[in-house]
Amino acid sequence: MITALLKRDLARFFPFTGSGAALPVIFFLAVAMLYPFAVGPDAPLLARTGGGVVWIAALLAAILPLDSLVARDIELGVFDQLKLRGVTEEVSMAVRLAAHWLSFGPPLILATFPAAALLNLDGETLHILLLGLLAGTPGLAAIGLMIASLTASLRAGAALSGLLLIPLALPILIFGAGALARMDQASLGFVAAISLLLVAIAPFAAGAAIRAAREG
Amino acid sequence: MQARLTVSDLACRRGDRVLCRGLSLTLQSGDACHVTGANGVGKTTLLRSCAGLLTPFAGTVESEGAVGLLDERMGLDPDLPLGRALAFWQKIDDCVDVDAAIDAMGLRNLLDIPVRYLSTGQRKRAGLARLIAQAAPIWLLDEPLSGLDTRAIDQVTALIARHCESGGIALVASHQTLSIAGLTTLELAEYAPRTEPEPTA
Repeated sequence: MITALLKRDLARFFPFTGSGAALPVIFFLAVAMLYPFAVGPDAPLLARTGGGVVWIAALLAAILPLDSLVARDIELGVFDQLKLRGVTEEVSMAVRLAAHWLSFGPPLILATFPAAALLNLDGETLHILLLGLLAGTPGLAAIGLMIASLTASLRAGAALSGLLLIPLALPILIFGAGALARMDQASLGFVAAISLLLVAIAPFAAGAAIRAAREG
Repeated sequence: MQARLTVSDLACRRGDRVLCRGLSLTLQSGDACHVTGANGVGKTTLLRSCAGLLTPFAGTVESEGAVGLLDERMGLDPDLPLGRALAFWQKIDDCVDVDAAIDAMGLRNLLDIPVRYLSTGQRKRAGLARLIAQAAPIWLLDEPLSGLDTRAIDQVTALIARHCESGGIALVASHQTLSIAGLTTLELAEYAPRTEPEPTA
């Protein structure tokens, strides 16, 4: 049952199979491509600031899939039907979290390679950046899922969710991008810890939000 | 199949308004009950409370046996062809005989068509096919006949009757008249809270 659910969610959200699901990756690469044009082809400057730009691009890319993440299935009554079959909101949200991360985390990490080339990042920076994104994107996915469920029943939910995600994602950004500034991996432990905490609470928070939305 | 749906002293709330209160109802295997009442009287809220999707404002709902709900939200992905959208629920339900459900609702020719292109009546029939394939003994049907043509209405009425004959329970909210043997009627307006007379100054 869980496999069937995960398969459906992945088919919905995975790049190039779901509708518009490649958008976050394209957006991420577009930011990496535009940045050198905006600040000029100053290789040392790009190398120094590029890692931070990748982090910002990743954070903004995490906002894009939020509007369709939960609201659509509430409208379709999918969560109602799953509940009747004994699949609690927490379980369906845990599955959704996994599918959401799988469909934007790994593609973003892969897209970091061409982005690093565009921004003239050296090997060590890229290494820390990749580790940071690996540790941070699950946390971003968890924040995104919680916000998407909380704003699902609001009419301007999509616009609001973007604004809500940014402050909540700040700790991940500070420690993740901070590792690049000092070129040490120690603070990535913090990123991983924050992510772990967020991933642990997200299914419960999102599940409660869906139940609350149902009560109206 | 043995099934039972017991509602005792239920009060339903929508927003901060109580829609009905003091509602008690027991349905055993084979029972069919027709919930009637004007728009906004709380039929959908009652059905969703019986399904366990809404927390009762007061009272309890107990059900013995799986519950299937059909409302205006079919739970079928609009982008997927109908066949694949139904196949998802087939997997979730562990249903072996989804073909019987598809044929019973006359959907055989529509399986390749994306759900969003289906008409209202076709979509309703798709929802009914999903409900049949679920094989739940307790059916909660919210306006199962709206949008259907006369032939489909007869089919669905017969389907509900057959479901009850084979030991199922059906609680049907509908504005149409249902011709099912042994049907009881629940007039929901009778359970509306009394409006207190305005205090005169």
